[in-house]
Amino acid sequence: MPKFVLLWTDGAIWLLIAALVAYTVTVLRKPQWAANWAKVFRDAPALVSSMVLVLCLLITLLDSVHFRPQLPPVAGAPAAENATPAYASSTRSLLDQVLWDLIQSRESTYSRPLSYLGFTKESLIVNGEVQRVAPRLQFGGKHLADPETQWLGDVAAKAGRGALLGAVFASLLSAALLLAISRVQRLPLAQVWAQVRARSTPVPWHVALASLWVLGLVVGPATALSGPYHLLGTDLTGNDVLFQSLKSIRTAFVIGTLATVATLPLAVTLGLLAGYFKGWVDELIQYLYTVLSSVPNVLLIAACVLMVQVFLDKNPELFETGAERADLKLFLLCVVLGVTGWAGLCRLLRGETMKLRELDYVQAASAFGVSHSRILARHIFPNVAHLMLIVTVLEFSSLILYEAVLSYVGVGVDPSMNSFGGMINLARKEMSRDPVVWWSFAAAFGFMVTLVLAANLFADGVRDAFDPRARAFKRRRAASPARKTA
Amino acid sequence: MLNYLSRRFIYAVLVLLGVNLATFILFFSINTPDDMARLNLGGKRVNQAAIEKWKGERGYDKPLYINTQRQGLEQVTDTIFWDRSVSLLALKFGRPDSESAGDIGAEVATRMVVSLQMALPLFILQVLASTAFALLLAMFRNTRLDFWGVVSCVLMLSISSLFYIIVGQFLFSRVFKLAPISGYAPGWDAFKFLVLPIGLSLLARLGGEARLYRAMFLEEIGKDYVRTARAKGLSEGAVLYRHVLRNALIPIVTSAGSYLPYVFLGSLVFENFFGLPGLGAYVIEAISRQDFAIVRTMVFVGSLLYIATYVLIDIVYTWVDPRVRLS
Repeated sequence: MPKFVLLWTDGAIWLLIAALVAYTVTVLRKPQWAANWAKVFRDAPALVSSMVLVLCLLITLLDSVHFRPQLPPVAGAPAAENATPAYASSTRSLLDQVLWDLIQSRESTYSRPLSYLGFTKESLIVNGEVQRVAPRLQFGGKHLADPETQWLGDVAAKAGRGALLGAVFASLLSAALLLAISRVQRLPLAQVWAQVRARSTPVPWHVALASLWVLGLVVGPATALSGPYHLLGTDLTGNDVLFQSLKSIRTAFVIGTLATVATLPLAVTLGLLAGYFKGWVDELIQYLYTVLSSVPNVLLIAACVLMVQVFLDKNPELFETGAERADLKLFLLCVVLGVTGWAGLCRLLRGETMKLRELDYVQAASAFGVSHSRILARHIFPNVAHLMLIVTVLEFSSLILYEAVLSYVGVGVDPSMNSFGGMINLARKEMSRDPVVWWSFAAAFGFMVTLVLAANLFADGVRDAFDPRARAFKRRRAASPARKTA
Repeated sequence: MLNYLSRRFIYAVLVLLGVNLATFILFFSINTPDDMARLNLGGKRVNQAAIEKWKGERGYDKPLYINTQRQGLEQVTDTIFWDRSVSLLALKFGRPDSESAGDIGAEVATRMVVSLQMALPLFILQVLASTAFALLLAMFRNTRLDFWGVVSCVLMLSISSLFYIIVGQFLFSRVFKLAPISGYAPGWDAFKFLVLPIGLSLLARLGGEARLYRAMFLEEIGKDYVRTARAKGLSEGAVLYRHVLRNALIPIVTSAGSYLPYVFLGSLVFENFFGLPGLGAYVIEAISRQDFAIVRTMVFVGSLLYIATYVLIDIVYTWVDPRVRLS
């Protein structure tokens, strides 16, 4: 039985998931909220990006269950009855367990994507002579007896088989989706299929189906090829780049979610209080956020992170393994981002609260003797919650981008932790090599752009659905004659 | 006007005092000067005598806030807080924590020139390019050009600025050899070193800015005065330039103004990557050397510039929008 370890960010992520589930249940019960969310998914880009985000979320969740595997008893040692089991000194996650082959197939140094040869030439004895040749890789393509002739065919065959598998998965999922739609809408399956094909469903299910197929056709071959080869190559120390990219998704996700959520308590409390009570409370809170926002953000974060570093060096008893230290640092980074980043949302909520408190229903409530705390909680907070949601979703993508910059500056996540920022940082030196080592950089680029683009498009969808002003604008655009398809 | 400015000035001083106090608490209360000394000396040399010597050289051996061993006013002035924090207000920056770095005040003065050389043209070009692009999209709104323009904006703002600089340097300096890879030369020679960072920085921010400005333009276009202008028979171009652009300038000034502090501070990443010895690069060097004195000073300088720009933006408002009166 392995020993489960609950890291700080794991705990936070699972708490957030619990909150998300609770929120979803509430949304399903409240028709207006459900209507707004339905509007989000009616937007085709938002629908597709939500699928990408869910995929990334699944990877994050897999990577958020950590444990230390039990070590096998030492051979020859006397078998004690109730000896305390020994655990490995490194923390592993479920994702590591799934991708264990990728971790194990470590080469000695760089290799190109899908290659069976090393990138750097070595002196080897070929036919009795010493020659500078690229050596065969230890793991990548080791099943090929005569790689020069077999390689292309093998890659094509494996990719084809993977694509086929992906297609089977995609068709199964599509069928399940169609069945679910027909069950929920109480329509016969054939009619649902006809509607989807005619693209006349309110939610663009045809787009969802198409992206399912694209995902299947990309992920399928990628999975098939990542076993026998290094799909995205290996880095300087021979680690698989695909594995690093997948691990980096969690770091990006944790920073994107935790850091925005960490801004909420301060921003919401202070924003509501300032807008509602006005007077000296307002002055004080305004002063606080003016002070905060007058320090350039990067500098403030750098200063805080430097202090966190000193603090961690001083208190080594807070963590047992290297992974736990890196994780605590990530958690504290999110806290720092939260504590330094609440000014914008606070200002927004203050303004909105000021407007709301003058409205008749609030005046009436206070005339009836409803207490301040109750007015704030029942009458004002629900009416500014959409702003909170929009800002949170918008911030997510910018924080993922921010992480890369912070890592570059040297105040980001721990270097031992996989992150897109770290990958780019290493890739900087690789790009100046000759010949160029481009694949780490390209992998980080591809994954990061996909994630950030998905987050941006989703955020746009959420904003359009929840912001009354954006909606008015959208309607006007839809009504204009320049739009061809009505 | 004068009344308003003096009030703004007093508030600015108050905010600066707040920044000062907050950074001091952040740097000295979470960790003691001993911790900093240990971190800075590092390695094997760390013993209590070395730490005391290090602290003595930098004046960190005094009490933090109140010196009980002194009399009268010196109880307050002979402390770390007075020496290293209050004196920042008089722009006395003192010596850095690490051995190799020179006097902070002199460094800030020389490096600010480099940062200005890069950031001032960048700022002007940025506002011009983003406004022009956004205006183009607004002019061709609801057409294919607008649609793909917005798509490319979203794509561009989803790409980290690090990708722009790495790919840009690779393409323009290494492959096409159009610009030096990195470095800096004073005077007019600086031009060839600055072209690439300025161009790439422009590109990196264009997507986000242009999309924002486009939304501002479209919001103005929906208003009644625009309909009136069209009803008068004005051409689309005249409507956009004479009416919409002028009115959309107010939010644009606010949004562009938030970049102004960085005109002086420079862009950390761009300066560091292209080897420009500006203030941004200074900060990164200080962070990697764990030099808290420099970081603290730069936090202060940064907020000083920030507050100064905000007063400046307020004055620009009155010029852009005659309805705004400073009072």
